[in-house]
Amino acid sequence: MSKRKTYVVVLVIFILAFLAGNLVFPKFLNLPYLPDVPFKLGLDLQGGIHLVYEADMSGIPTSDYSSSLQGLRDVIERRVNLFGVKEPTVQTQESSNQHRLIVELAGIDEPAKAIEMIGQTPYLEFKEYKENYQEIIDKNVEAREKVEVALEDPFQLTSLTGKYLKKAELSFDQTTYQPLVSLQFDDEGAKIFEELTSRNIGKPLAIYIDGLPISAPTVQEKISQGKAQISGRFTLEEAKTLARNLNAGALPVPITLISQETVGPALGKIALEKSLQAGIWGLAAVVIFMTIFYRLPGLLASLALVIYAILNLTLFKTIPVTLTLAGLGGFILSIGMAVDGNILIFSRMREELRQGKTFAIAVEEGFKRAWPAIWDGNFTLLIVAVILFSFGTSFVKGFAFTVIIGTLLSMFSAIIITKSFLRCLVGTKLEKAKFLWH
Amino acid sequence: MQVNFIRYSKIYFVLGGILMLASIAALIVWGLKPGIDFTGGSILEVSYLNSRIANEEIEQRLAGLKLDSLSVQSAGEKSIIIRTKYINEETHQAILSALRENQSIEERRFESVGSVIGRELKQKTFMLVFACLLAIVFYIALAFRKVRGPVKAWQYALSSLISLFHDILIPLGIFAVLGKFYGVEISIPVVTALLTVIGCSINNVVVVFDRIRENTIRKGAVNFGETVNASINQTLGRCLSTTFVYLLPLAAIFFFGGETLKYFALALIIGIIAGTISAVFLASPVLVFWGSRKKLG
Repeated sequence: MSKRKTYVVVLVIFILAFLAGNLVFPKFLNLPYLPDVPFKLGLDLQGGIHLVYEADMSGIPTSDYSSSLQGLRDVIERRVNLFGVKEPTVQTQESSNQHRLIVELAGIDEPAKAIEMIGQTPYLEFKEYKENYQEIIDKNVEAREKVEVALEDPFQLTSLTGKYLKKAELSFDQTTYQPLVSLQFDDEGAKIFEELTSRNIGKPLAIYIDGLPISAPTVQEKISQGKAQISGRFTLEEAKTLARNLNAGALPVPITLISQETVGPALGKIALEKSLQAGIWGLAAVVIFMTIFYRLPGLLASLALVIYAILNLTLFKTIPVTLTLAGLGGFILSIGMAVDGNILIFSRMREELRQGKTFAIAVEEGFKRAWPAIWDGNFTLLIVAVILFSFGTSFVKGFAFTVIIGTLLSMFSAIIITKSFLRCLVGTKLEKAKFLWH
Repeated sequence: MQVNFIRYSKIYFVLGGILMLASIAALIVWGLKPGIDFTGGSILEVSYLNSRIANEEIEQRLAGLKLDSLSVQSAGEKSIIIRTKYINEETHQAILSALRENQSIEERRFESVGSVIGRELKQKTFMLVFACLLAIVFYIALAFRKVRGPVKAWQYALSSLISLFHDILIPLGIFAVLGKFYGVEISIPVVTALLTVIGCSINNVVVVFDRIRENTIRKGAVNFGETVNASINQTLGRCLSTTFVYLLPLAAIFFFGGETLKYFALALIIGIIAGTISAVFLASPVLVFWGSRKKLG
């Protein structure tokens, strides 16, 4: 590589580091055009709850496991959304005989209330128009014009609930091929439904799930076999979702809380501050050690290390990586990893210089000889990290992920950043000052 | 200056052997103290806004709830930590309201792990340790498959396995002692740290092995013992620097990083120190031992 090319590479590295630095600390220079992306903090750093539920599938045929679990997930997601948490996560976890639901709510004030609401069995209700519904609707229209908030619900509860629903299925209209949702009530439900429909011909009958209106099909005729169809202008996807939701409301999939972790916001904040402090001390100690022990190359490595840290944090923001305590631990550990590559290179360079080789050759030889060890060392750590990542527990996953990013980036830092810095010094006065290198 | 590490390594064979036996003894006699991650159970940390009431009074207040294996511990000036068997949400709220009586408290942390999850995690952990060791050994055998000299690639792999065994066993032994006398628990973070030790300490071994490989190609395998010793001497400075650089941020985590990461850092610190010692005194000298035995036979 020519000298000029090396300068260009170094320049690009600095520009990249500068931009990345401003992305990580946007308040520092307040540059325009750069987005202000916040770090995504895990719930151990900002407080929150992590809940694991076991779904009891004993009453459900195997073929319906997935759809029931999906329905359960949707219902709970809707409930969770009521709390106004920024990014709630509701995940299902299935293995051969376990069907679990994992709920994570970050930055929540009343964990107890959240748990209570999540734990309720999902419910489905049918509602009919109140007798004076026209009056209410007129009033509502008027109220809306006056921008009043209190609207009266024109619907009232009926005795038909998800308790009487046997099954909901996706089907298609025979003539128009429009997607439909067909319902099948049990015997008791069929009787109630017959009575309801005969009372409400020409009027809408609203279907509520978890207290929210999902659809309000208009009753065409009296229905006696306990079979109903919800026709609406559904897309295929909407009809599928509705059927799934109805199944979830109708089929009680009892869930039990089997594991929970609550972190108060105060504790999360302390943990974040402490680990940041640890990171800064760790970085400072490494910089001091490297500069004293390896002098000029140590100083260069420290500069490369700071750039490494900034690029790493930028990746955390942009990917984005949800930062947990474990993740921060992995990041701080990766500082050590990043320097290791540099140490290998410098030790080799020193050996070459001691053998009387010129500086330019020592740089190239040092890299060439150090590379197999850097690769093998990083690769073994990478193997462990990847195996850890497949473990699944959130602590281990968070740690393994930052170690993986750190390992890859540290190899980049050693072969691109440090190498370019050293090459820049070839042919300058600095290379002749022996005490800086030995 | 050359130090004859191969000769000194015989001393460490004895010393390391004693350390490993002591660790095994500690593990058998006292065992590890597993955290609730693995056994199932509950931990509740509460801090009082004004002043803390006596632990005995707290126990009295909770007596009506009939909690299994209840322990109340003070933590810091205003906090208490309550440990019990696994409790459900109802009991959790009952405990909180019992504590709230005439007091203003803040719940800092609550963790409750069902025993099913704990058992699963235990199984998973064993599998994970096994998978990591296997993968590493396989990789070493693969990376050194073209090595020449009296020692074969699989022997490199086996010797790194012995050294990894040493690096994991000693921290485990120390944690058994810490568990017995200071109540330190083996939690998921500690297990994670020990698995990371596998990845980190193999790093040192690889650097020495790499040098041995290079030197046997350069000098031929006239005197394998001398080649190995020279390789250890050449890489010693780097191994010590690297270990030191790893230890600096870990020490920072240990002292400033807060409760969760404290023993995570400690496990890594012990493991990495053990890893450095074993890379110098165990992994490579074992190669010489095998190499020279073969010559005799």
